[in-house]
Amino acid sequence: MSIKNWLLPRSTVGIGLIAIALIALPFALATGGQAWVRIANFAILYVFLALGLNIVVGLAGLLDLGYIAFYAVGAYTWALLASPHFGLHLPVWAILPIGAACACVAGVLLGSPTLKLRGDYLAIVTLGFGEIVRIFMNNLNAPINITNGAQGITLIDPVKIGDFSFAGNSTIFGLTLSGPQKYYFLLVALALLVIVVNLRLQNSRIGRAWQAIREDEIAAKAVGINTRNVKLLAFAMGASFGGIAGGVFAAMQGFVSPESFSLIESVMILAMVVLGGMGHIPGVILGAVLLAILPEALRYGVAPLQQLLFGKVLVDPESLRMLIFGLALVLVMRFKPAGLWPAPERKAHGNPNPEEGRA
Amino acid sequence: MDIFLQQIVNGLVQGSIYALVALGYTMVYGIMGLINFAHGEVVMIGTLTAITVAGSLLAAGMPPALAGLAALIVATLLCMALGWGLERIAYRPLRNAPRLTPLITAIGMSIILQNLAMILWGRNYQTFPPLFPKVNFELAGVHFTAVQVIIVLLSAATMLSLTLLVYRTKLGMAMRATAQNPAVAGLMGVNSNRVISAAFVIGSALAALAGIMVGAYYEIAHYQMGFMLGLKAFTAAVLGGIGNLLGAMAGGILLGLIEALGAGYIGDLTGGFLGSHYQDIFAFMVLIVVLMFRPSGLFGEKTGDRA
Repeated sequence: MSIKNWLLPRSTVGIGLIAIALIALPFALATGGQAWVRIANFAILYVFLALGLNIVVGLAGLLDLGYIAFYAVGAYTWALLASPHFGLHLPVWAILPIGAACACVAGVLLGSPTLKLRGDYLAIVTLGFGEIVRIFMNNLNAPINITNGAQGITLIDPVKIGDFSFAGNSTIFGLTLSGPQKYYFLLVALALLVIVVNLRLQNSRIGRAWQAIREDEIAAKAVGINTRNVKLLAFAMGASFGGIAGGVFAAMQGFVSPESFSLIESVMILAMVVLGGMGHIPGVILGAVLLAILPEALRYGVAPLQQLLFGKVLVDPESLRMLIFGLALVLVMRFKPAGLWPAPERKAHGNPNPEEGRA
Repeated sequence: MDIFLQQIVNGLVQGSIYALVALGYTMVYGIMGLINFAHGEVVMIGTLTAITVAGSLLAAGMPPALAGLAALIVATLLCMALGWGLERIAYRPLRNAPRLTPLITAIGMSIILQNLAMILWGRNYQTFPPLFPKVNFELAGVHFTAVQVIIVLLSAATMLSLTLLVYRTKLGMAMRATAQNPAVAGLMGVNSNRVISAAFVIGSALAALAGIMVGAYYEIAHYQMGFMLGLKAFTAAVLGGIGNLLGAMAGGILLGLIEALGAGYIGDLTGGFLGSHYQDIFAFMVLIVVLMFRPSGLFGEKTGDRA
C-alpha cells in the first residue's frame, strides 16, 4: 500500500465534510455558551503548538521539555508591544513577525550550546531553560519594571486587521460573530498553515535530514548532512511557531502572566505529541485535541457524576479530574505505546513481526 | 566571611537532601535509562506520611524519639512499596516501548500521585511536628541547629552504606552488571526484573528519608513540594553525570552549595539588580554551563557514539 498523503483522501468529499464541520463547529458550540467556543479555540491553539513541537521532537528527534518558553516569549512580545504597559500599540503585522523572530532567536540561543547533548541531557537542559525564562518573567519587575512580575500584563490589544477587531461582536454578511468565534476562524487558518508547513517539511530535503538525524545521527553525518545547522533549524522553526502561538494567545486572552508558562504546560504539549503519535501529523492533531478537551470535559462531568453516583460531591472535583487525566496518560501509554495514531511507516519495514520493528 | 561560612553550612544541608533524592534518579536511570519523573512525588508522600504518623503518635502522648522512629519506619516502608508498585504497574509493561513512552507514563504517574496526595491530605500546608529538640549551636560565628547536624550526618551515613551495598554485595554487583549490559547480565544469571525492582525500592527508601529531612528542616510540607525538589535533584544527578552514584552525591552537594552561595551573594554581585528570588535559576544556569563543556556531566563517563 502506498502511503498517500492523508490530507488528500480518495475523494474530495472527505475534505468537504471536514471543512463543513470546521465551519459549523463554532456555531454549534455557541448554542451551549461561548465558553465552549473558547475551549475549542484552546484546543486549536494546542494543535498549533503541538505541531510546532512535533518539528523538534517528532521529526528531528530532539527531546525538548522547555517548549513553553518560546510560547512565553511570543506572548510577552505581543503583550509588551500592544498594551498600555509601555504605551505601545503596534499593528499585528509588526508584532507577530517580531514575536516569531524573538522566539526564533531564543530557539537558536537554546539550541547552539546544546547541540552536543543527546537525549535526556538535552531534555533536562531545555527544561532548565524553560524554567529560567519563567523565573525571569516572574521577577523582571524590579528595579526596572519590564514584565510586571507575577501580576502579569493586562489590557492587551486584541488582534486587529485594519479596522476589523477580533474582540467583541461584529456582523459579517448578515451573520453575527462573537469574539471567540472570530478567533476560532483565525486559529483554524493558522492551524491549517502550520499543517501545510509540516506536511511540506516532512518530505522535503530538510525534513528527510531531520528524520535521518532522528534515526541515527552518525549515519546522517556520514551521508553529508550538516547536523549542526539542520538541528539548529529544527529548534528555530519549532520556536517560531511557538512564538506565533504565544502572540495569538496573548491577544486572545488580553492578559499574560508567568503562571501560564509553567513546566507542566511544556510537559502537556510533549504529552500531546507522544500520546497522539510522534512525527505523525494526524496523530499529533488527535493527541492535542484530546488532551486539550479531556480536562475541560472532565471539569463539567466529574461533579455531576459524583452527585449521580453517591448523592453528593465526595472528592474535590479539581483533583479528581487531574487524577483521571493522569490515569488516561498512563493507560494510553500502556496499551498504545507508540501513541494513539502512530505513523504507518514504522510498521512497514518488511519486518514480519511489526511489534519488533518499533524503535 | 561569616556569611560565607553560614551559606556553606546551609548549602551542605540542602545539598545532602538533593544528593539523597538524586541517588534515586540516578540508580533507576543507570539501570534502565528511564527518567522517573514520579520520584519527587515519592519524596512528597514520604514527608506527608511521616507528618501524619508522627503527628498522631505525638498527640497520643508518645515520646518524640519513638514517634520519630515510627514515622521513619512507616514512611520508608510505604515509599518502598510505592516505588515497587510504580515499577511493577507502570514501567515494567513498557520495557520495550519507544523511548518517550515511559517518560509520558512517568509524568502521568506524577500527576496521579500529586492529586491523590491532595485528596488525602488536602490543599493546605502541613506543619511538621516538633520531633527534634530545638538546639542551636555556634561554631566560629556560624549558627546551626540540631536538625541540620542530623541531616548531614544521616545522609553521609546513608550514602556510605549505599556505596558499600553497590560495590561490596552481590546485589550491588548484579545492579552494576545490569546497568552495563542487561542482556549479558541476564546470561550470567542475573534476574534483571529483581535488580530493577531493587533499584526502585532502594531509591524510594532514600526518597522517604530525604522527605522526612525536608519536612523536619523546613517544618512545612505541601502536596506540590515534590515537583521542584525532584527537578532540582534530577538536575543534580545530571550535573554529576547521570547513572553514576558518586556523581549524584557530588552533584547534589555541589548544587546545594551553589544555590546557597548564589542566593547569598547575587545581590552584591549584580549591584542589587538581581535578588535572592533568582535562587532557582542557579541550578539550571550551572547545569547548562557544565553540560556545554562536559556533555555527560562532571563525573559521567565519556560515552562513545553508539550506532
